[in-house]
Amino acid sequence: MAAPRVAVVGGGLAGLMTTIKLAEAGVAVDLFSIVPVKRSNSVCAQGGINGAVNVKGENDSPEIHFADTCRGGDFLAHQPPVKGMCYAAPGVIHLFDRMGVTFNRTPEGLLDFRRFGGTLHHRTAFAGATTGQQLLYALDEQVRRHEAAGVVKKYEGWEFVGLVRDDNGRCVGLTALDLRSMKPCAFGVAAVVMATGGPGLMFGRSTNSIINSGSAAAAAYMDGADYGNGEFIQIHPTAIPGMDKLRLMSESARGEGGRVWVPKRAGDDRAPASIPDGERWYFLEEKYPKYKNLVPRDVASREIHHVCVDLGLGVGGDMAVYLDLTHVPRETLKRKLEGILEIYEKFTGDDPTTTPMKIYPAVHYSMGGLWVDYERTSDGFLNLASSRNQATNVPGLYAVGECEYQYHGANRLGANSLLSCVYAGQVAGPAVLACLGASKAAGETAASLLEASERKWTERFAELGKRDGPENPYRLADELGKVMLENVTIVRDNNKLRETDAKLLELTERWHKAGVLDQGTWANAPLSFLNQLWNMLHLARVVTLGALTRDESRGAHYKPEFPKRDDVNWLKTTVATFTPERPRLRYDSVDVSLYAPVERRYD
Amino acid sequence: MARKTIALRIKRQDSPTSRSRWEEFSLPWQANMNVVSCLMEIRKHPVTRDGHATTPVHWEASCLEEVCGSCTMLVNGKPRQSCTALIDSLGDGPVTLEPLTKFPVVRDLQVDRSPMFDALKRVKAWIPIDGSYDLGPGPRLSPAEQEVSYAFSRCMTCGCCMEVCPQYNDKSDFMGPAPIAQVRLFNSHPTGRMNARERLEEIMGKGGLVDCGNAQLCVEACPKDIPLTEAFGELGRQTTLLWLQQLFGR
Ligand SMILES: Cc1cc2nc3c(=O)[nH]c(=O)nc-3n(C[C@H](O)[C@H](O)[C@H](O)COP(=O)(O)OP(=O)(O)OC[C@H]3O[C@@H](n4cnc5c(N)ncnc54)[C@H](O)[C@@H]3O)c2cc1C
Ligand code: SF4
Ligand code: SF4
Ligand code: FES
Repeated sequence: MAAPRVAVVGGGLAGLMTTIKLAEAGVAVDLFSIVPVKRSNSVCAQGGINGAVNVKGENDSPEIHFADTCRGGDFLAHQPPVKGMCYAAPGVIHLFDRMGVTFNRTPEGLLDFRRFGGTLHHRTAFAGATTGQQLLYALDEQVRRHEAAGVVKKYEGWEFVGLVRDDNGRCVGLTALDLRSMKPCAFGVAAVVMATGGPGLMFGRSTNSIINSGSAAAAAYMDGADYGNGEFIQIHPTAIPGMDKLRLMSESARGEGGRVWVPKRAGDDRAPASIPDGERWYFLEEKYPKYKNLVPRDVASREIHHVCVDLGLGVGGDMAVYLDLTHVPRETLKRKLEGILEIYEKFTGDDPTTTPMKIYPAVHYSMGGLWVDYERTSDGFLNLASSRNQATNVPGLYAVGECEYQYHGANRLGANSLLSCVYAGQVAGPAVLACLGASKAAGETAASLLEASERKWTERFAELGKRDGPENPYRLADELGKVMLENVTIVRDNNKLRETDAKLLELTERWHKAGVLDQGTWANAPLSFLNQLWNMLHLARVVTLGALTRDESRGAHYKPEFPKRDDVNWLKTTVATFTPERPRLRYDSVDVSLYAPVERRYD
Repeated sequence: MARKTIALRIKRQDSPTSRSRWEEFSLPWQANMNVVSCLMEIRKHPVTRDGHATTPVHWEASCLEEVCGSCTMLVNGKPRQSCTALIDSLGDGPVTLEPLTKFPVVRDLQVDRSPMFDALKRVKAWIPIDGSYDLGPGPRLSPAEQEVSYAFSRCMTCGCCMEVCPQYNDKSDFMGPAPIAQVRLFNSHPTGRMNARERLEEIMGKGGLVDCGNAQLCVEACPKDIPLTEAFGELGRQTTLLWLQQLFGR
């Protein structure tokens, strides 16, 4: 019998860390990614990665990091995995340091840390304003080393389309589409790890890379994997409005002293520099004197929305507020924020060191994702020898990174995502190994299963490839994005959510009348997109119906009709199971045994 | 005054082996458009300027903020990222889009840049750590050293420098500026330095540093202002030293 292989789908931070852990243990990995892994969405992360290394004499500790994360997530995350992550965080940062990440340094040559939202400590390590890029490259380099040694085989330019499951429901492989030849091919493996990132494209424009369709996680969901807390979508308070994308203005701009304000008088059209301090309203500082501009993201987004929509005080009557860095010394800006300020200038033509930036909230991150399990120890950590960690409900199928739901509860704290991706990878590696050890009997995947899956997908794409209906799939996607953005983001209303679900059903109907636009058989992006769109529409229902059902406000989920958090009825994980008619929702209790829920206040 | 329409001339090629052709498109002008948003408009209305139905133009893009390197192409003849190519900064004439010429075309504006990734393997562009478990902090670095290394660590394998380099072409073995500059990055790291010799040996031979004609074009083309030729100078010194050591049998 050949040695077992494991498939990792996705080469962002989470997928690459998982790959490294498996390769180090000598397990051969097939690594799938739509783009060369070095171009994954993780490159976009700007601000940094959290870990309570405590280098500023602030008595920071993993325990405080853990408490901040639970509270930031409004207590919806199971606490043992969060605890495990926060205690592992300093080690994660040191690991990257050893891999050669060019983290910013203190004069003594130690790692420098900055402040981020939702905490009072300097806990965020950073490499200029391109931390995600630097961390991703470090892992990419290590994986290249394992690739050169023949342990990892990369399938870049391949798109995962579905699972292969045996008669017992076990995941024994996957089918992926070669995006050049457009031929689906089935791979038999001992386990599959999903690491496919977030679903920003579901909302049309977001801060995410445009390959983040969420369609891979949706495909796994439609093949039987449960989806957790789908309704929790993070809206980042500060993004640069744009036609093709809403580019992020990192929280680090506020971490380094950036102040958010609007002119006190509606329609004040003076240049910002000529508006005296007394005529500016620093609304976050006024309402939240303790955390000021660094309140958590959901709070800041709602306040900005309120100021622009309800009070009509947006700059120039637009949906925009100022984010002002003009008082910060130029030298500091250059040293710590150069990358992001460059992006602003590149896309708007204004220099943020002399003119306040105009920003508005944008869809940024999904706290929800594929449901995964864990096994805790009696002292509240993860049992790292357990095959249950990061395991979905489908035996043999694992999930890590933004595509799973486990670490952030109802709202993610800034700079905790890169950490959760890497930590999940570190946990998933040993968990998959334990799973391989336990399932020796599984053996090789039956050829008949692979052939059947390959046939199914070949027929599917042949059928899609002939579609010549009148609807344009990209315009349908625009409509999807528009309705989701309007009704399922910062403020949610039950009637609007019902209308949204009806619209999703209408779009699903119209999808059947969509043409493929290109009937060619080589590098046909519209063909793959048509299939993705089907998955996106189904995932959008999970998000919308989850939001409709949850009658409370918690973290990123805010309903004015139910403005309070309701722990009696809703301190529960939403778990969605696919059925052809509609997602079936179930509510599981949350392990909050380590830190009893308290009211979440930042004023 | 802002224009009302945007004219695009796009070089198209259905597959690696088919002949290329030009197609022209005309789109309504909108504020803040970049080349990527034009290509997105085209796939929503895939019709040429003369009203003929066509297929959506094929291209690569991901981050849309000039950090992933995917969307590189020739915009009006210049290699650059199409996501930061703002239409209003491209003059009034038609905007011409072509694939990079130094890499094989996959389709339309997408090329195959795998030679760049292969070269990274060849020069061992990584720090050979003992393992990914927690072994405590890494080596200390001064802020000044960090700053120098950071510049090189931003290389996004976009290929602009390769495109303009006269020495990098299908008749030469030269591995090109980007991978060579990475040797500078890894050889300056306290741990990476331990394997400096292996990397230097890779760039001392055929296809390595000696093939660079020092035309400096790469530096000008790099969107991340990576000091490529400075790196070549430094590596030149390192390789000479190593060569001398080898000559005297050490
Ligand atoms: C602009 C921006 C700034 C951010 N800043 C920060 C920050 O400062 N700190 C922080 O902690 N977090 C930040 N985040 C969040 C963080 O970057 C992401 O959550 C994280 O990088 C996700 O990593 P990942 O490994 O889960 O997935 P990704 O990096 O998104 O990678 C997904 C991978 O899956 C592959 N893939 C997807 N679908 C398929 C398919 N069907 N078949 C095959 N492969 C597929 C892709 O090719 C890719 O390789 C930021 C996010 C954005 C968008
Ligand atoms: S200096 Fe000139 S020859 Fe050398 S790598 Fe750069 S462009 Fe090529
Ligand atoms: S050195 Fe510059 S131009 Fe060359 S690949 Fe890297 S980023 Fe692109
Ligand atoms: S899309 Fe990433 S660089 Fe342009």
